[in-house]
Amino acid sequence: MRVAVNGHDLDISDGTSLLALIEQHAGSARGSAVVVDGVVVPRRTWPDYAVRPGQHIELITAVPGG
Amino acid sequence: MAEHIDAPFEIAGVRLTSRLIMGTGGAPSLQVIDEVLAGSGTALCTVAMRRVDPATQGSLLDVIDARGIRILPNTAGCRTAAEAVRTAQLAREALETDWVKLEVIADERTLLPDPVELLDAAQALVADGFTVLPYTNDDPVLARRLEQAGCAAVMPLGAPIGTGLGIGNPHNIELIVSDATVPVILDAGIGTASDAALAMELGCDGVLLASAVTRARRPALMATAMAAAVEAGRAARLAGRIPRRHHAHASSPIEGMPVL
Repeated sequence: MRVAVNGHDLDISDGTSLLALIEQHAGSARGSAVVVDGVVVPRRTWPDYAVRPGQHIELITAVPGG
Repeated sequence: MAEHIDAPFEIAGVRLTSRLIMGTGGAPSLQVIDEVLAGSGTALCTVAMRRVDPATQGSLLDVIDARGIRILPNTAGCRTAAEAVRTAQLAREALETDWVKLEVIADERTLLPDPVELLDAAQALVADGFTVLPYTNDDPVLARRLEQAGCAAVMPLGAPIGTGLGIGNPHNIELIVSDATVPVILDAGIGTASDAALAMELGCDGVLLASAVTRARRPALMATAMAAAVEAGRAARLAGRIPRRHHAHASSPIEGMPVL
């Protein structure tokens, strides 16, 4: 299925969890936050959150700044 | 009773072992960030929140955690209260801290805070349980309003971000310090160590800086200079400077001059 991750279309397996997607992209879930279709998804729900086709996902993390 | 030189520096009841707060922006590498954090002796450093970049090498969080430094996420780049609140919520989710350095800027040219949006965001974030440290203009009235809104500190600028112009309006910083009952942290505009010392001499409780160190020719050395300046400035503040005079005032005795 196809989703948009940080503005890029991406093909992922059906049933992929949000946690798996984050680990695939960020290397680790530590220090990450996720917005799906404009809604912040709480960290504790990531393992059981099944990504659905067409969702727009923003993966956020800490970078040098300030 | 006069404050002691060793009096703890606390924000929202959390004791910090250094009055120098480091930004991590502007450094060319994680290695330089690590050296700067070490040289500064800081106990609190800022980070920004951005999209994950899979190509990024190394972990900023690992560098910060290895030094036992508390993280202060910022809302840099936000132009409205709504954006800043959303960014703070993301930071809380990502970093599991309710501390936030609140930045709501008016435009890219000046990077000056938008006072209306800033106060709106501060009120919303305090209501949502955040410990809010707002980057604000050097406006005593706005600083007072931010404190009344429940901010844990106020962080007036010395000069616009990244300019290195120092403290443009020392009188306003003194006014903010004289009114505030929360820590006052001079944030932005520091160019060199004497600027940091001046901030502390004016009565600030701490200094937050990034570019002056990370963009210095030798960042780690400048970090140690800033740490020394903050300590020296605080000591001078507590010691009490002598009054300025229009005319000379001899320090050697006038009496007892030999007839030569």
